[in-house]
Amino acid sequence: MADIAAPAPNWLDRLRPKSIGRLVTTILLFLGAWVMVFPFIWMISSSLKPTDEVYDSDFSIIPKTFKGWDNYYGVIFEQPYLIFLMNSMIVCLGILLIQLVTAIPAAYALAKLKFRGSTILFGTVIAAITIPINVTSIPLYIGLVRVGLLDTYFAMMFPFIVSVFAIFLFRQFFRGFPDSIIQAARVDGFSEIEIILRLILPSAVPAIAAFSVFSFVAHWNDLYWPLIVVQSQDKMTATLSMMQYQSAFDTDYGRTYASATVVTAPMVIAFLFARRLFIRGITMTGVKG
Amino acid sequence: MATSRLQNAQTRLAYLLVLPATLLILVIYIIPIILVFLASLTDYTLVSDYFEFVGLENYRTMFDDEVFANAVGNTFFYAALFLPGAFVISLILAIAIQEQKQFRSVLEVLYFLPVTSTLAAMALVWAALMDSGQGVINNSLETFGIPGVNWFGREEVVLYSLAIISLWSIIGFNMVLFLAGLTSIPQNLYEAAAMDGADHPIDKFFRVTWPMLGPTAMFVAVTSSITAFKLFDTVAILTQGGPDRASEVFLYLAFLEGFEYFNMGYSAALSLFFLGIIFLFALVQALFTDRNVHY
Repeated sequence: MADIAAPAPNWLDRLRPKSIGRLVTTILLFLGAWVMVFPFIWMISSSLKPTDEVYDSDFSIIPKTFKGWDNYYGVIFEQPYLIFLMNSMIVCLGILLIQLVTAIPAAYALAKLKFRGSTILFGTVIAAITIPINVTSIPLYIGLVRVGLLDTYFAMMFPFIVSVFAIFLFRQFFRGFPDSIIQAARVDGFSEIEIILRLILPSAVPAIAAFSVFSFVAHWNDLYWPLIVVQSQDKMTATLSMMQYQSAFDTDYGRTYASATVVTAPMVIAFLFARRLFIRGITMTGVKG
Repeated sequence: MATSRLQNAQTRLAYLLVLPATLLILVIYIIPIILVFLASLTDYTLVSDYFEFVGLENYRTMFDDEVFANAVGNTFFYAALFLPGAFVISLILAIAIQEQKQFRSVLEVLYFLPVTSTLAAMALVWAALMDSGQGVINNSLETFGIPGVNWFGREEVVLYSLAIISLWSIIGFNMVLFLAGLTSIPQNLYEAAAMDGADHPIDKFFRVTWPMLGPTAMFVAVTSSITAFKLFDTVAILTQGGPDRASEVFLYLAFLEGFEYFNMGYSAALSLFFLGIIFLFALVQALFTDRNVHY
């Protein structure tokens, strides 16, 4: 009787139905992951091919003729992609910097200081979170036309330089900071500005980092607003440049996908390097893009 | 007395700290919203400086307009295709991935990759994959003996094609939201349920997972709906509303009216309709999240 009750050997255990079920799930999950990743693989593969091979009916991941060097050289040095990438970088960094400078002090005041009107201000912040750029774009556009600032970095950044979401997020975060420490710092003669810079900011680094990723990715990938205010090639962003291809702009397909790779690579590479931070930052609002 | 002086100084400082943000909120949100409302009552076009108040005329035009009805219809049809997938597939994936021990983080990264990528660029890739002649998708369908599909050329297909691309780009995002919800369910609830006889995975799902996942599920449903109504990028790049307005969704129509035809007054009315829908979702979310706090 005793040997029947003995536990099955380890290798047998793994072959039990439950494990087979798990194995099948794992295989299915990786098949699904292949579907998710395939467009990237196809894009990179095509960016290394000559035009006639891109739409070849027997597709192979490894190019038969390698034209990768020519394609990427063409995109980076013969087409203005360095300018497009720089424009995107300038706009995203500019937006982020001003967002942080305007949101952090406001959030601190809302979280820790008493002043008349704070409830109204906070209510306005909450209400403004629900208003997307698509609703205010018309008056903002007309205003920019009137002051003659269309097609400038200013116009590209302006609607986003105050982030009501950042104010809300940082306010919630700062509220958790112990009042007793702030009081003690005040007694020690710290000014409020010093308190923000030397106590609050260092403690808020995780929230600031997550928000920064969120903001940067959202504006790098934004098509809508640049489409409205950018008119010249000099100000074109990397994402907006993709609009050119809607009308057979480049008949060199290999080069077309090299440019698509160049546009999407910065965000994807940054994601692969800071996976946790990206996942936290991007899913923070719950609304994609 | 000293404390009241300190209090005053602090209040003054508070105003100083909120001043830049407050001014910008005024210029970027409050004034534009008022102006959109006023513009929606005029026949303002950017082309001429002359305009007059037309009352509710723009709204009347809107509800009589077949083009508007078509765009709203397209948007709802697209949302009906997109939302069940965006919800169910993400939930199944989250449950399956959560049970993976060693591969969990690899899979999470692979599924999340489309979320970080630039949709405008990836739309070009999807256009090639879904090419009716030489695309990889049609080629593989044909090797299985299934006739290829004209993904972007046929009116009755194009919204399905756009929904597929949107699903690809959002599944990883919703999956991560669900994973966060699943991780926060206390393990001892499953143990308790098992003692009550809920051993089977499906029993566990309906008796523990689903009820505990309520707030997350609500959140995902609402935010995905908002995403569905914001469909724009892939339409602008791939179809421009075609063929024959079959993929002209709401936001794209508002964009065309405002920034291609410069009918600012009419486009303002469309924008406010859009805002109304977004507010409705926000309201639903606020109501349900409140209720859910109590358990």
